[in-house]
Amino acid sequence: METNEYLEVFIDESKEHIQSLNDHLLELEKNPSDLTMVNEIFRSAHTLKGMSATMGYQDLADLTHKMENVLDAVRNHQLTVTTEILDIVFEAVDQLEEMVLDIASGGEGSKDVARLVEQLNAIERGESIPEDSSKAAVPASEPVQNSSASDLASTLDEFELTVLRESNDQGYKNLELHITLREDCLLKAARVFMVFEILEQSGEVIKSDPTVQDLEEELFEQSFTVLLVTKEKAEEIEKKVMKVSEIESVKVQKFSIDQRSGKSDSPVDTQEAAEGSGATAVAEAPAKQEKDTAKKAPVSNKTIRVNIDRLDALMNLFEELVIDRGRLEQIADSLKHVELQETVERMTRISGDLQNIILNMRMVPIDQVFNRFPRMVRQLAKDLGKQINLEIEGAETELDRTVIDEIGDPLVHLIRNALDHGVELPDIREQKGKPREGSLKLNAYHSGNHVFIEISDDGAGINREKVINKAVSNGVITNDQAENLTEKQVYQLIMESGFSTADKISDVSGRGVGLDVVKNTIESLGGNITIDSGLDKGSVFSIQLPLTLSIISVMLVEIKEEKYAVPLSSIIETAVIKKSNIMSAHNKKVIDFRGNVVPLIDLQDVFEVPGEKLDDEYSSVVIIRKGEKMAGLIVDTFIGQQEVVLKSLGNYLTDVFAISGATILGDGQVALIIDSNSLIV
Amino acid sequence: MPQDNKQDIKAIIFQLNEEEFAISVQQVSGIERMQHITRVPQTASFVKGVINLRGVVTPIIDLRKRFGLDAAEFTDSTRMIIVYMEDMEVGLIVDAAYDVIDIPQDAVEPAPEVVGAVDVDYIEGVAKLEDRLLILLNLNNVLTDDEVQALKTVEG
Repeated sequence: METNEYLEVFIDESKEHIQSLNDHLLELEKNPSDLTMVNEIFRSAHTLKGMSATMGYQDLADLTHKMENVLDAVRNHQLTVTTEILDIVFEAVDQLEEMVLDIASGGEGSKDVARLVEQLNAIERGESIPEDSSKAAVPASEPVQNSSASDLASTLDEFELTVLRESNDQGYKNLELHITLREDCLLKAARVFMVFEILEQSGEVIKSDPTVQDLEEELFEQSFTVLLVTKEKAEEIEKKVMKVSEIESVKVQKFSIDQRSGKSDSPVDTQEAAEGSGATAVAEAPAKQEKDTAKKAPVSNKTIRVNIDRLDALMNLFEELVIDRGRLEQIADSLKHVELQETVERMTRISGDLQNIILNMRMVPIDQVFNRFPRMVRQLAKDLGKQINLEIEGAETELDRTVIDEIGDPLVHLIRNALDHGVELPDIREQKGKPREGSLKLNAYHSGNHVFIEISDDGAGINREKVINKAVSNGVITNDQAENLTEKQVYQLIMESGFSTADKISDVSGRGVGLDVVKNTIESLGGNITIDSGLDKGSVFSIQLPLTLSIISVMLVEIKEEKYAVPLSSIIETAVIKKSNIMSAHNKKVIDFRGNVVPLIDLQDVFEVPGEKLDDEYSSVVIIRKGEKMAGLIVDTFIGQQEVVLKSLGNYLTDVFAISGATILGDGQVALIIDSNSLIV
Repeated sequence: MPQDNKQDIKAIIFQLNEEEFAISVQQVSGIERMQHITRVPQTASFVKGVINLRGVVTPIIDLRKRFGLDAAEFTDSTRMIIVYMEDMEVGLIVDAAYDVIDIPQDAVEPAPEVVGAVDVDYIEGVAKLEDRLLILLNLNNVLTDDEVQALKTVEG
């Protein structure tokens, strides 16, 4: 069976449906009487069932089917939504997800679902719903199949009617095709596609029932109806369509506008003309009613699925272009040829726009990561016996696809951590004078070239003493060091490797893998994480991430003969400072920068750049920051600002101190990119 | 092995401090003339820096330094041999690089216990070819083991 090529689509779509099941179930839990939610859930479940049965994943289909029965009972007011029911449905969705993931990783998607099926059955029976009645309800309540062919006429909007009338005038025929697929047809969507392709060769498809979108998603039973405008004869069309295999029957009828409100059963040979002017009056009423349905269709065609590899390839090519653009700019500058300079400038602008578009294409809303958290938090809160209110803000914030892929696990870890160690049990919260329900906030927002994600809870906060004791006993720091730590430094300690503050190891977090993994992942993405906390007030973990990982704006500086790039995102400003303004504190050079004491770092020393030190009266300083801390980097000269492509130093040179990567400049030379985060301690 | 004669090793011959070395062609992806090398601070002393090899930032190793030989000025014949090792691509600076030759397997003898100042573990063997003595390098050992470990943990 050649279902393999559909596998990817199947997995993608299944995931989407499972996600929407989750979302809607959560909504339903908040508002159990909302029957439109039940309908949505039912729809997703039904599609999932159809798809998995088509692909031959029987367990998946069985479980969905049982779930569907329960949902159907709910929808028909035979059952009321209770937490118990939802729990089991949630569990069923979890199982479904596991199965889909199993399929995605090459498995069979089979799983022992007997217990869940039994439970679902019990729910169904428990409310004394006779088995057969609920079964009978299923087909009756499936919205899509329900709309029979004859409804097609009444769903025409004015535009479509006009087209039909005009085509009649111009000698085209309006045909209504009623196509039935064979019972055992496996890939209905594929057959539909083939039918449409044939129809589109011979004429124009005006309308179909169910809609094209539903047809593609296989939201129909065995038959569908299409309205076709063509010059060809009905019999010819019928013959052509029948050539598609797995088609049971094709009924072609002449379609007449006049009949749209009644039954359009007229066979082909009834040759009454349809061009009555009286049609207009009747046309308007139904057309208006159906406008909403008509509006939905075009929206879905505005997006296409593109393989991420292609986007990566596009990005790579564009990076090459950026490098050459730099080279061109340099040549144009040195030649001082006005026309060339103008052209290059124009090209730079255009490629700048291009860059924005390409980068935007790779951006996905962080919702993709956030959307699984409500479920997770709900489950965790249950497991831990805590009451949690999760608030999510800024789920629409967009991040580069590569960052999104990586950020999920660290966030899961932090949330587990906040629930397990942060938020207290309801009784303890009450004793502390806090509401029984703890709050967990997830907030994402853009700022400059960065995206910030904050995870805040109103729990116990971080106990400074406990952290220090633990750190000392684990050998992370010494007693002496512990004396002089600032609050922030103490909080950073919990992200050191070999650290876990939970008194006992729980199932939820503290399984040996600590926050150090979180910190490493975030830093490898070019971001950083800071912690703020107040005892019994709660903690805030804030993560700063770069918008994109490949093209960044930098300030090029020169130290002796060597060029370095400082990411613009970490620069506050550049300054030229008089030697006499440099002061000394604890043997360290500092300057007074707008009222702050800022330590100076001489890059020539740090990077051991060969050559005599400049002994000018003025020093060029780049003021950088990491969180609230600042530092001044002493360089020889500022070269200027430039967009560069971030390249790694390769697998051989990893972890070079204070260097986060390299880039290729316009002249073909490599410049190193300074990791300002590691320069500020 | 795609070679016609399974007994032969196809190798690139290069010169370093009057001695001739051989690396299997399968590990070599190209030979480059010297170009601007960007120094990378705080790395092992034999890491000369990185170059732009057709858009890929490639680390360069000074083999003289690596083998503890005296430094020499770069001349017109100085070359960078770009080699693959596992998932790494690295350039080696050598005094000169010659053609590819076939070394019959039976001409290769195991490395003698002591070969001058060069540590034994990056020598796979020695091949005697007429009047030439070729030292076969084991690239993995030239760069891996202690040296790479040391490199990977370089910290300020």
